[in-house]
Order: sequence, then structure tokens, then C-alpha cells
Amino acid sequence: MNTIKELEIKAVEIRKIMLQMIHDAGAGHTGGSLSSVDILVSLFYNKMKHDANNPNWDERDRFLLSKGHSVEGYYSVLADSGYFPKEDLSTFSKFKSELIGHPNKNVPGVEMNTGSLGHGLPIGVGMALGAKKLGNPCTIYVLMGDGELAEGSIWEAAMAASNYKLDNLIAIIDRNGLQISGCTEDVMSLENLKEKWAAFGWDTVEVDGNNMQSLIEGLDIAKKRKGKPQMIIAKTIKGKGVSFMENVPTWHHGVPSKEELEQALKELDNSLKELM
Amino acid sequence: MKKIPCRKSFTETLLDLAKKDEKIIALASDSRGSVTLNEYADTLPDQFVECGIAEQNEVGIAAGLAEMGFKPFVCAPACFLSTRSLEQVKVDVAYSNTNVKIIGISGGVSYGALGMSHHSLQDIAVMRAIPGITILLPADEYQTREMTKELANFDGPVYVRMGRGAVDNVYSDDFAPFEIGRANVLTQGNDIAIVATGETVPQAFNASKILSKEGINARVLDFHTIKPFDKEAILKAADECGAILTVEEHSKFGGLGEAVAHLLIENNPVPMKIIGFADEALVSGNSSELFEYYGLDSHSIACAAKELLRK
Ligand SMILES: Cc1ncc(C[n+]2csc(CCOP(=O)(O)OP(=O)(O)O)c2C)c(N)n1
Ligand SMILES: [Mg+2]
Repeated sequence: MNTIKELEIKAVEIRKIMLQMIHDAGAGHTGGSLSSVDILVSLFYNKMKHDANNPNWDERDRFLLSKGHSVEGYYSVLADSGYFPKEDLSTFSKFKSELIGHPNKNVPGVEMNTGSLGHGLPIGVGMALGAKKLGNPCTIYVLMGDGELAEGSIWEAAMAASNYKLDNLIAIIDRNGLQISGCTEDVMSLENLKEKWAAFGWDTVEVDGNNMQSLIEGLDIAKKRKGKPQMIIAKTIKGKGVSFMENVPTWHHGVPSKEELEQALKELDNSLKELM
Repeated sequence: MKKIPCRKSFTETLLDLAKKDEKIIALASDSRGSVTLNEYADTLPDQFVECGIAEQNEVGIAAGLAEMGFKPFVCAPACFLSTRSLEQVKVDVAYSNTNVKIIGISGGVSYGALGMSHHSLQDIAVMRAIPGITILLPADEYQTREMTKELANFDGPVYVRMGRGAVDNVYSDDFAPFEIGRANVLTQGNDIAIVATGETVPQAFNASKILSKEGINARVLDFHTIKPFDKEAILKAADECGAILTVEEHSKFGGLGEAVAHLLIENNPVPMKIIGFADEALVSGNSSELFEYYGLDSHSIACAAKELLRK
């Protein structure tokens, strides 16, 4: 899938699937899934080398959802990409479903079990280091939350990644400015974030994480640069795409009621109409 | 009266105590909402420290505060405090013997379908094996209140585990005995002893009601303290009941059951059985579905008791 417009349409469709799924399950992490959908779409439908029919292909690019709670968008993208039947999404979080509330390797397409924050980057460093040793040309992508960056393990990995000059590692921060308790800058301030990563030896690029054009350009820049690990700071809006969910901290794990779902789907349908 | 979750009972009591004792400090790791500390944080901002999503840092900071004479209560999901922060708990809290209370909320399988990253079914095992930590699992909201009062005056490392949802109360507003290290006998009976801890106590209590309808008088022991271990209560039960069933919202490995087995094997090896979670990543489900599926609900407990008696 190549054109920006196609990707934008896909991102809206994924939002619709995802919200339905959260509503059906009566559980989920709505806000952070919505903020990161565009990032997922830019990767899975455009930038990443992967093959749903051959999920264990050795040279596939690897994607790690370090902010594992945003699993709903991720499962929706995987199902839509053909890793497993879309009908399975309606079992999300239900008794005995494989689709548990955080990424799980039992689900085709998922590389690692995540859910405890701060694990993705160290694993990504290991994968990138392993790929280099093997001469495997794959790229490792790691998506993290901004609140998640308070975990010390991230900064241990940050140091290791630059120590080993892992330019095959592209990390992305979903910089939506919110975590469960409120604004990241009130809870545990992160700024100046770009300088922090640069100081740890990373190349950085800032993009609008809810703008497909900006995301694709940023990913292209990161892919071309050599010699250092790459950090994309993707400025996003938590709850993006549904007016009443945007920038409202309680939508972190809010579940839309029937009326709210209808309203949200209506808004997303309008976005689709505008795009078509 | 409306039941409240133990975590809520804990935070309400802590707020009352902290208003009178400025040395009490609550710490959170982006967990104030899940712990139900919002009111506390708003009322006593100077006695609240937000650490962000950094549970290791949170425990380390608490140890430092304790050394400066404060009484820190580290409040976060049990899954993260008992595994992510385990080294800080072992070294900075237990080994250095700092006056830190580690408060694990939404423990066991409270987070149900969120999966193994969010279950804490190893916490009793790891904490038991660390010298110097008192381990407490209150049974209901009333006992939690009494426990919290006691903790404010207790000097030394403590790990507490509570669940997320409200449970059936086994105690009442004016009767909720709590003495660290001393198990409570909930029902008198000599046919079999059911030893439970934390929020499986209400299940065990309900199981005893089912059994009594069938003429079986079970002695239910509320083991709110796992460490120090009330050996006397177990040996007395073994002696007088002749069979012991243990129930815990924990892996079958390393928890209450194995502590009881250890004691019995060295003293009075009566028939026993351990009810707990199987050694596997659990299937997806909410906590009551998981309790039923893995045999921790009152009906399964009653069945297991009868089976043990048949042996
Ligand atoms: C180690 C760990 N601590 C706490 C949590 C609970 N938790 C889940 S999501 C979340 C907030 C995440 O905020 P952020 O990283 O900013 O994600 P986003 O805003 O993209 O949802 C927290 C504290 C967790 N999953 N793992
Ligand atoms: Mg965030």
C-alpha cells in the first residue's frame, strides 16, 4: 500500500475495528491505541518488510509493541493484514481467547509477549545486535509510550544501543503527553526529550505522529541514517480520531458505551467520507 | 451496606492515619488511580510522592525516605512490585532493614484477561524466601482497615497483597481481629481444616457453609500472615482435624500450601492438598472465571475437601 491517502483511509478503518473490539470486550486501552494507530499503519502497510503468509520469514522486519497495553490497534492491524481471521477479534479478552489483553506470541504476527512497560527497547537492542551478528538485513522497530520512558531499563538500553552502534534499530515514542495519572510533564517530566536521546548517542527526528506524510518522511530519514540507533519522537494526540476522547486522560482505559461507540463510529465515517 | 475493595479500605484508613502522622508518606508509580490514592494525593500533597512509571526507583526512594525517618508506603500493582522491584525489595528494604511498607494492589489474578505480565502469582513465593519481610494478605475490607492501623505503628519491612474487586466480607465493622503472625479461626470444626489466605478466605468460608449442609464441619483458618508463620495454628489443626486443605490465589509452588506442607512433613504428616493456580500461563478470563476454571471458588474447594476426606 503506497499512497498517503490509502494509508490514511486504512488508519480510520483500523480505528473503527478497534473501537468495536473494545466495546465488545468491555475492556481495553482506548486512548493510547488511538494515538498510535497511524504509526502502526505507516509501519505495517508501508515501511516494514513482512509477510502474513510467512510470519517466521527470517529476514522480516521485527516490530515490538513495548507499550503493550495498546494491543487493540495492534491486533486489529495484524488481523487486517491477514495474520489471523478478523472474526477472532470479537473474542478479545474473553474466556479462553488467545487474544488476551496484552500482546502474546500465541497470536500470529506477535514477536514478543509484552505488557509490563520498559521491556521493548532492551529486547529490541538484543534483536538488533543479533541481526548484525548474523548479517540479517532486517530492521527492528520498537514502539514505546512517553510515560513508559520513566522506566530505568529504557535508558540502560538507550546506552547499549549507541554503544553497539545499532543503526538497524528504530525506536518510536508515542509522544501523546499523557499517562494514566495525567500529563507526563506533571507526573514525571520528560523534557527536553530530544536532547536526552541525543545525549545518549541517538539520532533523533521529530514527526507529527498522526500525520501519515510526516510519519513516512521521518521513517525514511531514520532508515537512511547510518552509524547510530534512531529515535523518532512522534507527537500525537491521545484518543486521536474521536473528538470526545482526544486529550482526555480517563480515556486511557475508558470503554465506549453503546451510544459512545455509535457516536465515535459516526465521526470516523465522516473522516472516511472526507478522505474518499 | 455496600462492599468496598480492600485497596479502598486501605487508602481510606491510610489517609486518616496520615492526617495525624506527618511521617507517613505514600508513593505511587502512575498508580494513584488504580490504588485509589487520588483523594489522599489531593488532601495531603506533601505526604505523597509520585515516581512515574518506575517501580524500582519507587522502592529505592522509599528506602531512602525511611532512612530519613519517614514511614513510606509504596503503592502499586503487586505484579510489578514483587517482580520488577524485587531486587530493591530484597536489598534496600529487607537486607538493609528499612521501615518500608510494600503495598501490592490488584494482586493475584485481579487483572484477569490482561495476562501473565499483570498476574502476581509468585509474590508469596519470592517474599517468603527473603529473610526479614513480614507478609500480609488481608481477607476483607474490615480486616484491611485493622491491618493498616497496625502497619502505621509497625517498624520494619512488610509486603502486603490485596485484590482489585470487592469481596464478600467475613468480618464486620466491630469484629475484625488482626494480630500479625496469628491466624484467625473463622469456623470451629474438627472434620477437616481449610487454611486460606487473602481474598480466598471468603471462598473458603463459603465452602465451609456448603460442607456443613452435608454434615462436614470444617475449621476455616484465615492465614492473613504468611510470615511470620503461625506454626501452632497449623499443628493444632493437623492434630484435631487430621486433614488439611490449603487455598491461595497464587501458584501452587512456593506459597501458603508449601509452607504448610513443610511444617507438616517435619512434624505431623496428615493428608493434605494444595489448591492454587497451575504452573502455566493462565488462560484468558476475568478473575471469577479463572477462580472457577482453576478450582479456587467455593464449590471447587468444597469438592476438594470431600475428596481429601475420602482418601
Ligand atoms: C512496568 C509497568 N508499570 C505499570 C504499568 C501499568 N500501566 C499500563 S499503561 C500505563 C501508562 C502508560 O503511559 P504511556 O507510556 O504514556 O502510554 P500511552 O499514553 O501511550 O497509553 C501504566 C502505568 C505497566 N503496564 N507496566
Ligand atoms: Mg502517553
